[in-house]
Amino acid sequence: MILSKIFKNTLLVLTACLVLSACATKKEIATDIKGSMQGDVYTGTDTVEYLAEGVPDRVFFATNESILTTASRETLRAQAAWLRKNSGINVVLEGHADERGTREYNLALGERRANAAKDYLMTYGISSNRVTVLSYGKERPVDSGSNPLSWSKNRRSVTVKAN
Amino acid sequence: MIKKIITLILILIPINSFALIEVDITRGNLDPLPVAVSPLSIDEKSRQSFEKVLKKKNIGEEISSIVENNLSTSGLFNPLSKEAFLQAPDIANLKPRFEDWNLIKAQALITGKVNYVDDKLRVEFRLWDVLAAKEMMALAFTTVPSNWRRVGHIISDKVYERLTGEKGYFDTRIIYVAEEGLKTERIKKLAIMDQDGFNNKFLTLGNELVLTPRFNPTSQMVTYLSYFKNLPRVYLLDIETGTQEVVGDFPGMTFAPRFSPDGKKIIMSLAKDGKSDIYTMDLENRIVDRITNHPSIDTSPSYSPDGKYITFNSDRSGYQQIYVMKSDGNDVKRISFGNGLYGTPVWSPRGDLIAFTKLHKGKFYIGVMRTDGKGERLLTENYYQEAPSWSPNGRVLIFYRETKTNDKGEGFTAKLWSIDLTGYNERQIKTPTDASDPSWSSLLSN
Repeated sequence: MILSKIFKNTLLVLTACLVLSACATKKEIATDIKGSMQGDVYTGTDTVEYLAEGVPDRVFFATNESILTTASRETLRAQAAWLRKNSGINVVLEGHADERGTREYNLALGERRANAAKDYLMTYGISSNRVTVLSYGKERPVDSGSNPLSWSKNRRSVTVKAN
Repeated sequence: MIKKIITLILILIPINSFALIEVDITRGNLDPLPVAVSPLSIDEKSRQSFEKVLKKKNIGEEISSIVENNLSTSGLFNPLSKEAFLQAPDIANLKPRFEDWNLIKAQALITGKVNYVDDKLRVEFRLWDVLAAKEMMALAFTTVPSNWRRVGHIISDKVYERLTGEKGYFDTRIIYVAEEGLKTERIKKLAIMDQDGFNNKFLTLGNELVLTPRFNPTSQMVTYLSYFKNLPRVYLLDIETGTQEVVGDFPGMTFAPRFSPDGKKIIMSLAKDGKSDIYTMDLENRIVDRITNHPSIDTSPSYSPDGKYITFNSDRSGYQQIYVMKSDGNDVKRISFGNGLYGTPVWSPRGDLIAFTKLHKGKFYIGVMRTDGKGERLLTENYYQEAPSWSPNGRVLIFYRETKTNDKGEGFTAKLWSIDLTGYNERQIKTPTDASDPSWSSLLSN
């Protein structure tokens, strides 16, 4: 019964879409992006994997930026706590950029992003010799889309277990 | 080595005070010069010998069609249809009946013949001014038969030079990155091919990510970035021997390499602790010099042809802009001041211009500016394109272009394109796979 209700609602929306045509679809995309981006920093969990329970493996950046957001700092503090508990584990911080920049600059930008994450881990007591930085520039996107949401998922630093 | 293979014998270049045909390459040429490329004549015995060695039915026609194709893609010449030719190739080469060629509106005529002599390929060709009824140039050379495509390119270069007054760019090669597979896990290999897309050869297997290959001045060495063992470092590759070595011993990622104009140094970026600076390494004595020292990203360095200056990309102003400094790192000056972001500056081999990539309002442009930043001219606009590389005569730029994917993330392609400095004559260069990061060699024969 609930299902049929949802179905009915969807139908209603669909008819509305048809009537309002392009206008409605545009609105939907806008709310979708709004739901998972703040400014142009990705805030969703689509691509996120976990190093341990409650320890997300990646942080996201604004276009051309390497500044850590409040959410990113929270993620990195969780990673630092996990690394302190698992002192035998070393990590590689893989820095990435989106496809909307020149290849060489993006290699440098990926390195700068991963280093921002590394510096933060170090202020939370993680020794620098446990952390390696590796920039991929724009060479390894997680999302192959050509739109602002896809690009926001690709601007990231991912913490990967090295051993 | 390459140069030695081909022995060039000058028969005669008549010095004429007559006003002969000339092609102006400084403007977009919307009215290409009509030229008749008569197939190189060949006697039956030579034809059979070449067919045996090269598996080509008529090597004379094959070489002529290379010339035709080169002249046509330059955008400056319009090779006429052979069906309209009235004179047989062998007779035309002895003495053209100019009125016949005039009738089909050819202004220049190329004739020649090819012989099989002592297991070698001997070619002679002549360039004629049809209206003036004069020979403009006659040349002959001998080489190993397997070099037949290069013979076509050298003829093209000589004709181009005689008619435009500038060196050609046909006997050249392109090194680039061949791409395959999903956008998220792209497989990349170094590849090399002739300027016209023939003789494609892969130089690496695709086991590790490779990027941004660039030739040295003699076009025998290549410097590039490899992710071998997940350590992104600048490498050096000898194309003939296939030997590869890492350049220097740096404590972080080295990238964006190029050779100095004398080929003795490699200039590149080192990324460490969140900043990237420019370094050089002397290939003989291994001495490393730090050229920039700034908390920003300094990358994409490129020398001026006299080696006295370096142009590079930096975000020290807050955003990516183009700078010029002395080769010792002094007197850093920003030269890009237009709207948008600027990257990948490359100094022209003629010294007067810097080509770049520009990002403005979501579009990417390939453009040129003078070395003081004035006179910015955008040549082409697209969804994504970057990394221009100059033809050795500084008249053409090659770059790569990527397409937008659809809603499902499908439809991604990367292709090589070229465009004249005039902004005309934009063309895709066919490659067996997707392609990016092209670099143009110097002229292989002079």
